[in-house]
Amino acid sequence: MSAGTQDGHAPPGSPHGEEAAHGSLAGYVTGFVLSVILTAIPFWLVMNHVLPTAVATTLAVMALAVAQIFVHMVFFLHMNTKSEGGWSMLALIFTLVVVTIALTGSVWVMFHLNANMTPMSAHDMRNAP
Amino acid sequence: MTFNADFWRFVFGRFTLDALPLHEPILIYTFIGVAVIGIALLGAITYLKAWKYLWTEWFTSVDHKRIGVMYIVLGLVMLLRGFSDAIMMRAQQALAFGHNQGYLPPHHYDQVFTAHGVIMIFFVAMPLVTGLMNFVVPLQIGARDVAFPFLNNFSFWMTVGGAVTVMMSLFVGVFARTGWLAYPPLSGIAYSPDVGVDYYIWALQVAGVGTLLSGVNLIATIIKMRAPGMTLMRMPIFVWTSLCTNVLIVAAFPVLTAVLALLSLDRYVGTNFFTNGFGGNPMMYVNLIWIWGHPEVYILILPAFGVYSEVVSTFCGKRLFGYVSMVYATIVITILAYLVWLHHFFTMGSGASVNSFFGITTMIISIPTGAKIFNWLFTMYRGRIRFELPMMWTLAFMFTFVIGGMTGVMLAVPPSDFVLHNSLFLVAHFHNVIIGGVLFGMFAGITYWFPKAFGFKLDPFWGHMSFWFWVVGFYFAFMPLYVLGLMGVTRRLNHFDDPSLQIWFVIAAFGALLIFIGIISFIVQLVVSFIKREQLRDVTGDPWDGRTLEWSTASPPPAYNFAFTPIIHDHDAWWDMKKRGYTRPIQGFHPIHMPKNTDAGVILAGLSVAIAVGMIWYVWWLAAVSFVSLIVFAIAHTFNYKRDFHIPTEEVVRTEAERTRLLTEGA
Repeated sequence: MSAGTQDGHAPPGSPHGEEAAHGSLAGYVTGFVLSVILTAIPFWLVMNHVLPTAVATTLAVMALAVAQIFVHMVFFLHMNTKSEGGWSMLALIFTLVVVTIALTGSVWVMFHLNANMTPMSAHDMRNAP
Repeated sequence: MTFNADFWRFVFGRFTLDALPLHEPILIYTFIGVAVIGIALLGAITYLKAWKYLWTEWFTSVDHKRIGVMYIVLGLVMLLRGFSDAIMMRAQQALAFGHNQGYLPPHHYDQVFTAHGVIMIFFVAMPLVTGLMNFVVPLQIGARDVAFPFLNNFSFWMTVGGAVTVMMSLFVGVFARTGWLAYPPLSGIAYSPDVGVDYYIWALQVAGVGTLLSGVNLIATIIKMRAPGMTLMRMPIFVWTSLCTNVLIVAAFPVLTAVLALLSLDRYVGTNFFTNGFGGNPMMYVNLIWIWGHPEVYILILPAFGVYSEVVSTFCGKRLFGYVSMVYATIVITILAYLVWLHHFFTMGSGASVNSFFGITTMIISIPTGAKIFNWLFTMYRGRIRFELPMMWTLAFMFTFVIGGMTGVMLAVPPSDFVLHNSLFLVAHFHNVIIGGVLFGMFAGITYWFPKAFGFKLDPFWGHMSFWFWVVGFYFAFMPLYVLGLMGVTRRLNHFDDPSLQIWFVIAAFGALLIFIGIISFIVQLVVSFIKREQLRDVTGDPWDGRTLEWSTASPPPAYNFAFTPIIHDHDAWWDMKKRGYTRPIQGFHPIHMPKNTDAGVILAGLSVAIAVGMIWYVWWLAAVSFVSLIVFAIAHTFNYKRDFHIPTEEVVRTEAERTRLLTEGA
């Protein structure tokens, strides 16, 4: 073994094992402007009652929130398909899978809980013993 | 006195002298016992002048090996506490029939079974698992420490902080009487107004920080710090299972933190997430906590699977059969672990489609697990099996775990779960997989890596004693519970009316007694091994003819683990190196850059316990002051730039020369 010639190893505790991309001023400004716009639109939607129903407004606000999450990930967390040798992307995909499972699963489970109950009217419910 | 009640309430919150259990003789005697042992221990440390050594070399250490050992010590100490709860329950259930009420009144019995569950999972199994991963992973990947050494120390002390909080509840106030997952509405403020559930919440929150951070730490270590040449598919299986475990930890523990935070809001500020009023729903708590709880099961078992893989391959002198399938089985389990949580509450009211979906996913997850069993069997097939203790634990695991797995598949069938749920059958099942899987794995791992950590093997005679008493005791203690469960006996009862059941509980109590002897034998084994350490000494650093990198360095390894980072050409790297006639480099050493010890972890964890105590007893000033101090101290710590140093070349040369001397003398 010729291990003696090299110490190819970042010592623990050193500030950065290897330099990752830290972004540029233009990138941060773009991210900031996009975030401000994506924050301002929901306020406008809610305060001026732009959309016909409250449900539509809620859905629009949630969609904009998701868009904002992606802006943060790309411009502030510097995530792309190649960063950290693909581990960032893999972590993101895993997170999305787990979050999707937890959210859709919970909604499915919770809305299914009355399946085995005796059918009851609202009146019966209120007067239940 | 001119101070009024409001003043005292401000100073002490809801703590009064009534909170001390002066009227409970059992607790008084326990307290006296603990105090005597504690004072003796502290006295011994003072007498031996060991405080400074303990503080500088262990408590403030950022060395992953020492932190790993401390985790395991914590796990073993808490095992004694958790087991004393267990034997109290077994004795109570064996006695309390008909007119005999036993010796534990219900309010005490309920605390005992809650504390038993919480302690065994969070403060025994988790520290043992984390400790082994901490000790072994950096050595197996050829690294000098974990990615974030200070964070590692901090994580350990947060886990200790949680354990201290739980132990405090034994003598100050009460513990939760809700079962180990504290389902609302029982755990809500309306039905549990005392401090018990708050102890539960804050102990888990404090320890949870530690668990989560150590998960982050080990993932970063495994991904970023492998020795050159060690591709993912050349990693030892234990590293693979550790990686998957820590991914599970990082994805699952935030759910626990969030659900406990919501429960705290219900209890402290009167929100209604999990009450029956104002649109709240207690069933949401059950749903959320099992989204954490099921992955937790795999968090515990995967590292044990890793240990068995290493042990089987070492003691059969063969490469692991089906390495690639083992890796994929582990990854599949990691994903599927998130798809089965509802099988813990089939009977909560979901319809057939939900129950059958989760029943089927549960049965599917037994496939990769079964594949692993076959991989171990085929590794043993035509291997030269050496029946050393780690291998014996592994065989005991394979017999026992298959039984537990089959009863698990029975419980996975929703119609049979409707019959068996909440019965002693379930209790028998999960003890069967946790003792037979996790605990046997930890004992295998401790016996296997002990010579690496301390430079001498564990005494085999007392090891065999511990092994046989544990294994036989396990079957005596839990097989009767299967029978009782099938007869319909529900769990968590402190009194029974039907005298025909008593014999089964007596057999179970006898099993618990055998396990007690097993635990005592283990402690005796540690003491005897320490006394006979010169006879049991291993100078080669490779006492089992191992296959992975940790066996290439000295036992115990030097602080820097490897003087030169090894270069990897194959999996089973050390076996490959031995086969190629590897010679140890004995010159050309460089100074080695290492992290410095720090006391910040102990202080931060101490402040966290103070916050917890303040919140539990409603001593708001204490919680506020500790919280502010915590933030200030954490920020101040980031300005500490003196956190690394170099081990000078002379010291490396001296250490390595000593190892050369031992190796040539031994040869």
